[in-house]
Amino acid sequence: MVVQAFAFYLFAGILVTSALMVITARNPVHSVLFLILAFFNAAGLFVMLGAEFIAMILVIVYVGAVAVLFLFVVMMLDINFKDLRKGAMHYIPIGIIIGGILLFELSMIYSYWQFAPTISNIDLPTDQFADVSNAQALGLVLYTDYVFPFQVAGLILFVAMVGAIVLTLRVRPGVKKQNISEQQARKASDVLEIKKVTTGTGV
Amino acid sequence: MENLNIMTLLPEIFLAITAMGFLIAGVMQGNKSTDVLCWSSCLSFVIAAALLLRIDWDTQYLLNNMLVSDKFSMMLKLFIVVGLTATTALSVRYLYFERIARFEYPVLIIFSGIGMMFMVSANNLLSLYMALELQSLSLYVLAAFHRNSLRSGEAAAKYFILGALASGMLLFGISLIYGFTGSLDYQIIASSLKNAELIAPGFTIGMVFVIAALVFKVSAAPFHMWTPDVYQGAPTSVTAFFAIVPKVAALGVLIRLLFEPFAMAESQWTQILYFVSIFSLLFGSFAAIAQSNIKRLIAYSSIGNMGYALIGIIAATPQGIGAVLLFLFIYMVMTAGTFSILLYMRRDGISLERISDLSGLSKTHPVLAYSMAALMFSMSGIPPFAGFLSKLFIFNAAVASGHFVLAVIGVLASVVAAYYYIRIIKVMFFDEPEDEFDGNMSLEKRLVLLFSIIFVVGFIFKPNALLDSAMSSAKVLFM
Repeated sequence: MVVQAFAFYLFAGILVTSALMVITARNPVHSVLFLILAFFNAAGLFVMLGAEFIAMILVIVYVGAVAVLFLFVVMMLDINFKDLRKGAMHYIPIGIIIGGILLFELSMIYSYWQFAPTISNIDLPTDQFADVSNAQALGLVLYTDYVFPFQVAGLILFVAMVGAIVLTLRVRPGVKKQNISEQQARKASDVLEIKKVTTGTGV
Repeated sequence: MENLNIMTLLPEIFLAITAMGFLIAGVMQGNKSTDVLCWSSCLSFVIAAALLLRIDWDTQYLLNNMLVSDKFSMMLKLFIVVGLTATTALSVRYLYFERIARFEYPVLIIFSGIGMMFMVSANNLLSLYMALELQSLSLYVLAAFHRNSLRSGEAAAKYFILGALASGMLLFGISLIYGFTGSLDYQIIASSLKNAELIAPGFTIGMVFVIAALVFKVSAAPFHMWTPDVYQGAPTSVTAFFAIVPKVAALGVLIRLLFEPFAMAESQWTQILYFVSIFSLLFGSFAAIAQSNIKRLIAYSSIGNMGYALIGIIAATPQGIGAVLLFLFIYMVMTAGTFSILLYMRRDGISLERISDLSGLSKTHPVLAYSMAALMFSMSGIPPFAGFLSKLFIFNAAVASGHFVLAVIGVLASVVAAYYYIRIIKVMFFDEPEDEFDGNMSLEKRLVLLFSIIFVVGFIFKPNALLDSAMSSAKVLFM
């Protein structure tokens, strides 16, 4: 238990600190690197919960793809973050006022907050799938109980793809493209012409 | 899987397959096939409507209770399909005039239509979220469809960012509800609320977030900020689409949520909707007065109209919900008619969107002027037009369940709103005429306008046919 508690506080502590660093770091590249650190620690927490599939997905998708993409975008776009911050200073008073009101309201709610009473009306999915791995459990429900959201998710991704093409694809006329079959079909006789040039006359 | 009633979802499946087929055809044929694809998608909407009428309208739960198919959802699906047909037909020529005719346009419209049809029959918060995203994502792309126009891009960016925020609120609310009731299924949420002695504050907060997100989608004040800018910036054909169809779906979702899973929390959500309704009524009528752009004016008018629809929901009786259904359909028809005129308005190849561009329409195009006048009178709720009856039923329901204050505010707001509707009529009939519009009105616009005028004028002679079916579909929610 001590080891578990130690691991939890270690992951959670680093997660919160690195999340703070994401928004406070002056250099945006550092922010993204801290974000990656935060993802890794969150994955650690998921492993501790027994959700190893989500942990792996988090590392592969978020660290492997999204964060690296962020890094590229941040490095390629020349955004002057100092100028962005200048405008933000202007709004700090109103931000503090709104934040204060929210904090007040949240504390009001918290003063008579009840945590959910024991919920009786669900059969926890973990009971059904106690002895199978995460990925297997997901596979068992994804194509049966949740086939509708799964299919609609497919449609959403399809629309996203169509949308990206609609908004960015531009057909530019007159662009020279490589046509390999044409290149291969060229014969020397089509393009080369050998002329006899007599000395001193030119072509 | 014995209750795999795939036949009940046939209209949606049919539309999904046609959309994919159209996309393939479009890729093969290029953008020159846009008009063919638009007309074919109109045809496929008509086929979908025919399928909807053929299938069983009795209540049944589908696909592991993810969806429900009952009279209420079928009625709304029918409204959605009718609206989609009208907007697709209206937009074909506009796309060519604005040089934005690309074959993805009808495909995106169909996909958003599928999303809306799934939305109104969602029976689980997860399927609700997925359907909502399918619909919104297509709408974001459509708003940006005029790629070379700065305004269109701005409209789409605003819509996307605020829409993403609303989705975030929806998800946050759903997660709270899940935590406090233990399920995403509408029936289980309802029963767990029934069993609890008192509703936990955490659940109420979640419900407030969900309602706020949906109110954003129906663009009622105070979540209306995006509406005028998006309506103005988006291509007019897309504005017509935005004004006509998605509201039906979003209100349908809201009604089902309020009366099925959240039915026990009625005293809580009534307070919220009370405020939202009054705010939309007042904001929609007062802010529209200063507008000179017709698209912005319609945006504010739609905000106000959503206020009326919410009055019917607050009444919380089958009568009130039936009145809302009828109101939505009449609003849809009137808006379609108005846009058929708006989309025709262009001089020297430039589309017109200022109110002053209508001046003297009675001299140059008398038929159009009289049609527009009928539509505007109907919008402002002057008898004997359909708009009057639709408001009357709503106020009736509100008074019947004792919401006198709301009814009085609604009537006062419609008096204020009458000012800007009738100002359009004044501009058309009493101002100096300007040049004629380009060309003749195309056949499909004439048809839409004709249908809408016949409906608006003739509704008073036979209101019962539609009213009865609206009432009987509303009753399903209260069983």
